[in-house]
Amino acid sequence: MVDDSWYVALSAVLFTLGVIGVVIRRNPLVIFMSIELMLNAANLALVAFGHRFGSPEGQTLVFFVMAVAAAEVAVGLAIIVTIFRLRRRLSVDDLSLMRW
Amino acid sequence: MSPIAFALVAAIAIASAIGLLVKKNPIHGALFLVVNLGCVAVFYLGLGAEFLAVAQVIVYAGAIMVLFVFAIMVLIPGKEETGPDPRVRWRVAALPFGALLFAQLIMILGARRGAPTAAPAAPVPGGVEAIGRLLFTDYLLPFELTSVLLLAAMVGVLLLARRRA
Repeated sequence: MVDDSWYVALSAVLFTLGVIGVVIRRNPLVIFMSIELMLNAANLALVAFGHRFGSPEGQTLVFFVMAVAAAEVAVGLAIIVTIFRLRRRLSVDDLSLMRW
Repeated sequence: MSPIAFALVAAIAIASAIGLLVKKNPIHGALFLVVNLGCVAVFYLGLGAEFLAVAQVIVYAGAIMVLFVFAIMVLIPGKEETGPDPRVRWRVAALPFGALLFAQLIMILGARRGAPTAAPAAPVPGGVEAIGRLLFTDYLLPFELTSVLLLAAMVGVLLLARRRA
């Protein structure tokens, strides 16, 4: 059996990799995927803690995180597609102007 | 979950996360992310969260990643994809690996045939029943709000995707 702390450690590693992805990449799609990576790392930590304390509440929270992530991805990708239609370029460096 | 299996899957998960960061083509990054999400599903199984493992595969690796790949295909006019495939030789390896998977599945099914059918187990903490009970009692309001959120997201996406004049 693997101790639950190993799962939490792995979740920390995956979360850090996601943060690095958001910082170093300029493609909004890859940034989005890195955010998914971070959400998954947080989910893994939640499940590990729920397992540690023998409670199903951690898994219930992960269920909600999944639903919110699905909604977030749908809206985010629609926004990216709309921006791409307007600008014809795909880099977050161009998106410094917060207006129509 | 045995330590060896954990180390192996953890190595795959970290390697695929790094692959997502370093690959230039976002479609490769998306495929690496699918591998990573699959590894996390394996960890859920190891932690006794079967329902979440299945939901992870269906919702994340299935629905969300299809959305990602779709957006990538729409946004990036693939010059890379239309060129000659640089990895033709790798395709040959797909056949033995596919055969291996098939043999494995057959072996698992064959081993199952002889085993006596287990009696339905008592509800375990963290099982599907416990989650369902919690969702429809203590977390009923968040559960209903989730449906409102999904509806709002759907309407919002339709509004965004509509072509303006």
